[in-house]
Amino acid sequence: MNPVLTIILQRLALGLLTLLIVSFVIFTAVNMLPGDFAEALLGQSATPEAVAAIRKDLNLDQPFFVRYFSWLGAMLTGDLGVSYAQLNFQSNMGASTLKTVADQIAPRFANTMFLAGVTACIAVPFAVTLGVLAALYRNSVFDKGVNIATLTSISSPEFFLAYILVLFLAVLNPLLPSIANIYQGISFQDRLVATLLPALTLTLVVTAHMMRMTRAAIISLLASPYIEMARLKGISPLRVIVKHALPNAWAPIINVIALNLAYLITGVVVVEVVFNYPGIGQLFVDAVKNRDIPVVQACCLIFAGAYILLNLAADILSIMTNPRLRHPK
Amino acid sequence: MTRISRRALLTTGAAAGVLAASGLPLRAMPKRGGRLRAGLGGANTSDSWDARTHSDLFMIAAAQGTVFDSLTEVKADGTLTGELAENWEASADAKTWTFNLRQGVTFHNGKAFGADDVIASLQMHVAEGAKSAAKPIVEAITDMKKITDHQVQFTLKAGNADFPYLLSDYHILMYPAGQIEEAIANGIGTGLYSVVSFEPGVRMVAKRVDSHYKGDAAGHFDEVEYIAINDNTARMNALMTGQVEAINRIDFKTEALLKANPMVRIQEVTGNQQYTFPMLTNVAPFNDVNVRRALKFAINRQEMVDKILLGHGRVGNDTPIGPANQYFASDMEQTAYDPDKAKFYLKEAGLSSLDIDLSASNAAFEGAVDAAQLYQASAKSAGININVVQEPSDGYWSNVWLKKPFCACYWSGRATEDWMFATAYEDGVPWNDTQWGREDSERFQDLLVTARAELDSNKRRDMYGEMQQILKDDGGVVLPMFANYVQAVSNKIANPDTVGNLWQMDNARMAERWWMA
Repeated sequence: MNPVLTIILQRLALGLLTLLIVSFVIFTAVNMLPGDFAEALLGQSATPEAVAAIRKDLNLDQPFFVRYFSWLGAMLTGDLGVSYAQLNFQSNMGASTLKTVADQIAPRFANTMFLAGVTACIAVPFAVTLGVLAALYRNSVFDKGVNIATLTSISSPEFFLAYILVLFLAVLNPLLPSIANIYQGISFQDRLVATLLPALTLTLVVTAHMMRMTRAAIISLLASPYIEMARLKGISPLRVIVKHALPNAWAPIINVIALNLAYLITGVVVVEVVFNYPGIGQLFVDAVKNRDIPVVQACCLIFAGAYILLNLAADILSIMTNPRLRHPK
Repeated sequence: MTRISRRALLTTGAAAGVLAASGLPLRAMPKRGGRLRAGLGGANTSDSWDARTHSDLFMIAAAQGTVFDSLTEVKADGTLTGELAENWEASADAKTWTFNLRQGVTFHNGKAFGADDVIASLQMHVAEGAKSAAKPIVEAITDMKKITDHQVQFTLKAGNADFPYLLSDYHILMYPAGQIEEAIANGIGTGLYSVVSFEPGVRMVAKRVDSHYKGDAAGHFDEVEYIAINDNTARMNALMTGQVEAINRIDFKTEALLKANPMVRIQEVTGNQQYTFPMLTNVAPFNDVNVRRALKFAINRQEMVDKILLGHGRVGNDTPIGPANQYFASDMEQTAYDPDKAKFYLKEAGLSSLDIDLSASNAAFEGAVDAAQLYQASAKSAGININVVQEPSDGYWSNVWLKKPFCACYWSGRATEDWMFATAYEDGVPWNDTQWGREDSERFQDLLVTARAELDSNKRRDMYGEMQQILKDDGGVVLPMFANYVQAVSNKIANPDTVGNLWQMDNARMAERWWMA
């Protein structure tokens, strides 16, 4: 069997196991949230009877493990369940066309992926190029400038960066919209324009990490004998870095990129709120606020899945870039 | 008895304030056209076209304000007018009400509107298992009879002179009978605008219906777009950068920045929205009327208005009847901060000092914890030691409100006196957050029932005046302030001189009443 395939299968199996453990952690953690959906839903009108009735409707009165395994079972068959808010809506309506959690999450998830995608398209080439240039002109004014700028942007709170960009690109120079008014059926061009400000904000947030890893990985290789050899051959410094150093530096860079991509999928709630971007983060926060547990759990699982898959992809890609791992003896 | 002229005071007090705030002489005639884009807070991903579940501005503006109609409508000046009902008549005991419906009205799907739709739409609220906030209103109807296709007769359990007002509730919308499920799924009403697209918690777009029974008098935009923006700053940014033409709920702290923008004007109206501190009158020490009086004199109301509302409100007088109510007793003596009087009443109660807990959370209202701390400071000099207990926002309404003997709370108020009293001050009702009952004031509960069935406006004024006096002197609520509704619109939008003060955004009817300047 192809060794790469074996590794992939091994990693996939490990990933599934991780997901299983994560699912248990999620379920336990969500259960430890104070208050519950019945109370959050009824608000001012929560009487003990009404709360009990809703809990019974939603099987919230069942023991912990019974609920966990029935949820897990449904997950395994790909059924994310129906949100409590929808179930409650149904009891109000009699029979009705129900929106499942998957229906609710799908458009939001697509928006999030679009934002992550646009950000990645800008941030990854930008960060890697900056990293290479910083390594090339290391310890120069350029290198220090890039470091200071990216470290400043990663050290500032996201909402602050967002407002700075809004100030310069939406208020003082009205080039881009200050809120991302995205809806179903929007044209690709409009969507891109609406997504640009949040994507630029996120670019500022994730660039430093990737850029500094690129720079460090390359510089650590520059002392190696084979680089010295290349230099002695008289190759230009840029070519030394791009042709000789970078291929061996990919593994750590890819890992950092994967980590940042995962962050773009799971951690952008603040940016979504500032730009009113209808992504999965806002849905997630809403669901936590309303104690809509099926939605919370589904979101958590998706986030966990994104991390595991991206890490897996990073591992596989770093193997692919390393002939020694690609052809183990 | 078709049109009660109400709230003449509005045209003087609050309305004048609106004009002054808008800073523009808006005498222009409404004209048709354009697209109103509004950034609205108060949206949820669980929103739907089911009016029984509506509780916040986004859906109220989208449903009652845009796509659906009710039988009656409260106009901006506070008078009641017919919407889908043309006129109505009551029997002498206010128990039987006959409503004549508008003819020639159609739903957006072409179905004609008639008596059956009214009955089916009301029955939704009392259907088995239905959870409707308007259930008590519909439950009070014992019989609904279709007399002709365009006439319905309601028989009530007990006389209620305000019945037509209750039908203007934003939960009670008219759906097409037999197609209610479809209407809730797609938003099919009789309103001025029909739904183009709706994404819960994100956005709603609607376009003007070609020929509507309201004609050219209302619905001046070609299209309206409501964008859900729950974050205060994002909403303000959207208005400042011209992404939207109107926003609700201005953050008082940043209001000065909006005012500095010449393209934007602020609308401010004083309504019935009230921030309160209810005490459970059946729990010691609050069961002693002298303790309650001491607490009423120990709060500095003006300071609360100045520091919590930053001036955007008016002081309250411990009754839930506000300036948007017809029988608001504006001439009642105002209770003011007076530590000596508070000490006096404390002595009357046989106490030299008092230690109590006050539960508060910003879930009750924005700044509730700060307000509780101000209360703590002002009460100290009256010998009352208030221990502020900061409660978690989660579960505040289920674990603290109605449970803790003294806490912070808010009410949006009601259009009529009886509606407000029946919701929170009638003996034994579930939301009676002061446990105010017969044992506290026999007289109050008797007046409540008598005034409800009284059709003579002068007699009602006397009765409601007396009830407000009773609550002010003996009642269980400390009501220090009424908070204004503050919203902002771009100068591209024009609005009538009088803006409604029952709800934000011109009673949520901006799509109907405003136009492109």
